Amino acid sequence: MTDHAAFRGLGSVCRFFAAMILLSFYFIASEPIVGPGSALAATTGSSEAKPTDDQITGKKPGETADHTKFEILQQDFKSAPDVTKACLSCHNEAATQVHDSIHWKWEYDNEKTGQKLGKRYVINAFCGNVASNEARCTSCHAGYGWKDMRQPPPSEPENVDCLVCHAEKKYYSKFPTMAGLPVTEPTKFSGKDFPVSDLTKAAQSVSLPQRENCGSCHFYGGGGDGVKHGDLDSSLHNPSLDLDVHMSADGGNMACSACHSGSGHTWPGSRYDIDAKPQARDDEGKKLPVFAMRRVNETASCESCHSDAPHQSATLEAIKLNNHTDTVACQTCHIPEFARGGVATKTLWDWSTAGKLKDGKPFTVKDDKGHPSYDSKKGDFNYEENVQPTYSWFNGTFTYVTDEDPVDTSKPVILNALGGDANDDKARIWPFKLMNTRQPIDAESKKLVYMHLFGKDADAFWKNFDWPKAIQSGMDYMGKDYSGKFEFVETRMWWPITHMVAPANKAVQCDECHSKNGRLEGIEGVFIPGRDNHGIIDWLGYGLIILTILGIGIHTIFRIATRKSRQH
Amino acid sequence: MTDNQSSPAARKNDKPATFHRKVKNYSRYERFWHWSQAILIFILAFSGFTVHGTIRFIPFKSAVMIHDIAAFALIFLWLFTAFWTFTTGQWRHFVPTNKGLWAVIMHYLVGMMSGQPHPYKRTLSRKQNPLQSFAYFSIMTVVGPLLWLSGLAYMFYSFWAGNSGNHDIFSLVVLLHLIGAFLMVAFVIGHIYMVTTGKTLIHYTKAMITGFEDMELTEAEVTYLETHEPDRIK
Repeated sequence: MTDHAAFRGLGSVCRFFAAMILLSFYFIASEPIVGPGSALAATTGSSEAKPTDDQITGKKPGETADHTKFEILQQDFKSAPDVTKACLSCHNEAATQVHDSIHWKWEYDNEKTGQKLGKRYVINAFCGNVASNEARCTSCHAGYGWKDMRQPPPSEPENVDCLVCHAEKKYYSKFPTMAGLPVTEPTKFSGKDFPVSDLTKAAQSVSLPQRENCGSCHFYGGGGDGVKHGDLDSSLHNPSLDLDVHMSADGGNMACSACHSGSGHTWPGSRYDIDAKPQARDDEGKKLPVFAMRRVNETASCESCHSDAPHQSATLEAIKLNNHTDTVACQTCHIPEFARGGVATKTLWDWSTAGKLKDGKPFTVKDDKGHPSYDSKKGDFNYEENVQPTYSWFNGTFTYVTDEDPVDTSKPVILNALGGDANDDKARIWPFKLMNTRQPIDAESKKLVYMHLFGKDADAFWKNFDWPKAIQSGMDYMGKDYSGKFEFVETRMWWPITHMVAPANKAVQCDECHSKNGRLEGIEGVFIPGRDNHGIIDWLGYGLIILTILGIGIHTIFRIATRKSRQH
Repeated sequence: MTDNQSSPAARKNDKPATFHRKVKNYSRYERFWHWSQAILIFILAFSGFTVHGTIRFIPFKSAVMIHDIAAFALIFLWLFTAFWTFTTGQWRHFVPTNKGLWAVIMHYLVGMMSGQPHPYKRTLSRKQNPLQSFAYFSIMTVVGPLLWLSGLAYMFYSFWAGNSGNHDIFSLVVLLHLIGAFLMVAFVIGHIYMVTTGKTLIHYTKAMITGFEDMELTEAEVTYLETHEPDRIK
């Protein structure tokens, strides 16, 4: 009996140790993991409090006020700024907060490069510049009546546009050419009826911003749906799970602010200030353990929810995948292509051909897929869908070509050069849309020029199709020196791809990078197994094997040749 | 059954008698070790050169998984076998020696062509010829450790490279692993060929499967084996 008892004891000791070993493996592998599952559970936990189809935002759902019941919102508003006045009568800090935001100022001071950026200053590879085209461009300003980029936006509190971000889209649309104001009477734009805004209903419909709010501007950057970013277009209003796991109603059903979760009317995640390799750090800059990432909600990054060890489970595969996160941005594998939602994005824009007229009138041409391929106002285009990104090392810092920088015209001009390389510990391999453009510069000073495109005056390009006048008047408007001669040069612009995250099973497969001529063929400074070899060592190695086989062959021949003589 | 395979008691001879008997030179564990190691090395070479991009019959992902799992299995097997080799005294067979090495090399290059007998006589205490000892010792002390040390560094790169991505050191680790892999493949090819140089093409292979091998034994050895380890002698 005692023997048996002793064996039973031994058995449980063994089981205990086995369990301890397995558990320790499990914890080693799973400690840093914060999965999307738990992230979702946290935000949907109290959704019963308010049974709506609202998207998940950075704040927990559940409101204490029903805006339809406020008397001040039941009036017949005469103008949009009147609505703002009503809003501010309760939300008395809102205008001040908005005045401090990039949405209002269109201005960003990049401390790393010392450059003054933002829409107010940057000349990009799409419509170029806002200055001298204000009433058109500022239809996407979070305010009303900003008609001169040389001045800051109008400072009256009621010129803040609350509704564009907070009202239901069906009640409110900013008219494209009225410096941010909506229309309340039937009005035509480009020959079509433009949606008439109902300010009262709009004012009563307010909520935390939904995708349609942010999307009303950000989906249409560059002059149309999906034109600019490639990973932001109207297909994200109601995306399938395959298109975007976070925004899809079948997935996270997240609003933009679920990730771009800020407070005080400012949000993290500006393209001008990207954390290409987010890392939780303490006040002295020392790295914190990965799980501390959950506290880094000032950064709109994948890591903010998923940590830098995002692949769950204690399998070898998960460990190997997590090994990539120091070198490869999450987006690189998880966004296999952009413009996947059926909306094409503009990948090429040749301004130099703009201005052709047919019978004295501007015209447009569409390609066989129905996308514009020529427009007298803008030149030649290429639109593409399901585009594989271009990859590059990126440390989060762009250096722009400003209107003061002469450019080297011997090769395409990179308007926003990427910082970082393989040896930069803030850099990772990121996916980009690389925009190809031909746009005008001063032929003598080799600096970017301002194009005066929009306006009712005779100099606006979209009225008279006369480049010399349009550029001269753009430069005059900004008070810039201009030789009077211009030329068109090739420019490139990098647009980081970070939305349209596909389901895990649609992520980029290992072979697509770990092979010769794969997606990362052009990435330098890192050894990629399957893509790279060791040159001379490879040849010596294969040589050794060939010589071994050769030696065996010769030896075999001698053995066969001498076989008969040996048998005697 | 010829008479020289009979037992020593049945023979009377003036000169020191030698007896040709089948002796189990390779224990069950040793054979298990040899063949499982052989299979693992084939799996590792196939998957490893897939990862390296030399061949691509299976997806990269599968190759990595197979390679890593096989690597762990082989390291475990090696550690256990190292333990076995030392506790059973088998390590003595692997100690390299220069004595007779040249004669063995010359035999393979020249002697065997003219039907010369193998210059090395296996004994119970030394069942490998000097060339074998040299080759196996090199594999076990240089190529093997080079492979699995660099392999572990390769596998657990994220633990030592830190967040800064130490790409040059990583590249060096890959280089060392690759050198080891080429040496191992060359060894395996040579080894498989040498196996065919026995009395018949499959003579040595058979020995490594059954464990039994023809040996020349002294009377004392035969008596010892028949008395104390009857299972080892036929």
